[in-house]
Amino acid sequence: MMTYAAVAVTVLLTAAGAMALVRIVRGPTTLDRIVATDVLLAIIITGIAAEAAFSRDPTALPVLVVVSLLGITGSVGVARFITREKS
Amino acid sequence: MTLENVLDTIAAVCMITGALLSLAAGVALLRFPDLMSRMHAATKPQVLGLLLMLTGCAIRIGALVDITTMVLIAIFQLATAPVAAHMVGRAVYRDGHTRKDLLIVDELAPDADKFTEVSPDQSRQTPGAPR
Amino acid sequence: MSPYEIALTKKERVRSRIIAVFGLVIVWNLLWGEFTWMNIITGALVATAILVVFPLPPVKFGGRVRPLWVIAFFARFFTDLVVASFQVAALAFRPGLPNSAIVKVKLRVVSDLNMTLVAEAVSLVPGSLITEADRQTGTLYIHMLGVEDADHVERLRKEVLLLERRLVRAIGSKEELRKVNAPVPEETSP
Repeated sequence: MMTYAAVAVTVLLTAAGAMALVRIVRGPTTLDRIVATDVLLAIIITGIAAEAAFSRDPTALPVLVVVSLLGITGSVGVARFITREKS
Repeated sequence: MTLENVLDTIAAVCMITGALLSLAAGVALLRFPDLMSRMHAATKPQVLGLLLMLTGCAIRIGALVDITTMVLIAIFQLATAPVAAHMVGRAVYRDGHTRKDLLIVDELAPDADKFTEVSPDQSRQTPGAPR
Repeated sequence: MSPYEIALTKKERVRSRIIAVFGLVIVWNLLWGEFTWMNIITGALVATAILVVFPLPPVKFGGRVRPLWVIAFFARFFTDLVVASFQVAALAFRPGLPNSAIVKVKLRVVSDLNMTLVAEAVSLVPGSLITEADRQTGTLYIHMLGVEDADHVERLRKEVLLLERRLVRAIGSKEELRKVNAPVPEETSP
């Protein structure tokens, strides 16, 4: 049964990631791309957590600690830069 | 049905729900008309999605050493997600990417000058600045 | 003196340092995965070093913690989080485009801590997003998704004020409590 669940989760996350990628490519503004990149990052975190759960292997979890802490720096930096650029 | 089966089922349900929330974020990114509403649907359900995924993970792995790590991941995610959302949301409004025709009321518009005019003690002031 | 500066007495400063060290020690222990004396001692050393090198901005915390209300706050918060997550996710799949609104909410307790926590809680719950915040007057400008009409706007505004009340009940001081227990004031239109 776990195999079916793993397949389902993989399909769902892949579809979500693909949609985020489409938005990153299409834009149209930088802010659109930041938001989409944020979502892609969250999907990647979710995916790594799912992998850890299915294989019962906690090796990747410390990576998630770092990513979940530093994930915001990119979007905050770019958002800050854009607002400043305007003024 | 053994206990392990029950736990596995709960974990599987949590994880599939989490993945569905991620999918909703992807759909919202593609479908929604303006950046602001995209941000809503894209960034927030993700947080719950990740929490659910971590719950599933905790049930499956079940070792205390790893569960504490997952608690930390959850705390960091909960603490940092609003900061990013606010920073981007502010930039979106200031850059005028909001679709005004979809807004029922906009109570920020009358006060907007207060924020867009950059004075040294308004938005640039860092709370930790030495006094 | 700018309104951003908060004068802290020596006692308050010591107290906020102790709280900060305590929090960091907990994080350190969680990172190692177990609570042992060794972890607590090394954690305290690391936390002190960090706070000496990167001092935190002064935070005035005048209240006290009421455990029952804290539990009530978190219970309600997670319920909101789950319900709203599914609502917003459903909006993504439903045909038609959702309307939204930017609502101005004036908080009754004007303090950095209160404003930060309310803003965090509001913006973690899907469907609401802080667009701007005015620190001097304690005003939040919240962008809300899926708003139907003007009545709905008022309901959402009230929700935020109720959230503030729950928060102050959990960690506020007596004086702040009095402020939020007063009936929700009728909002004057801008």
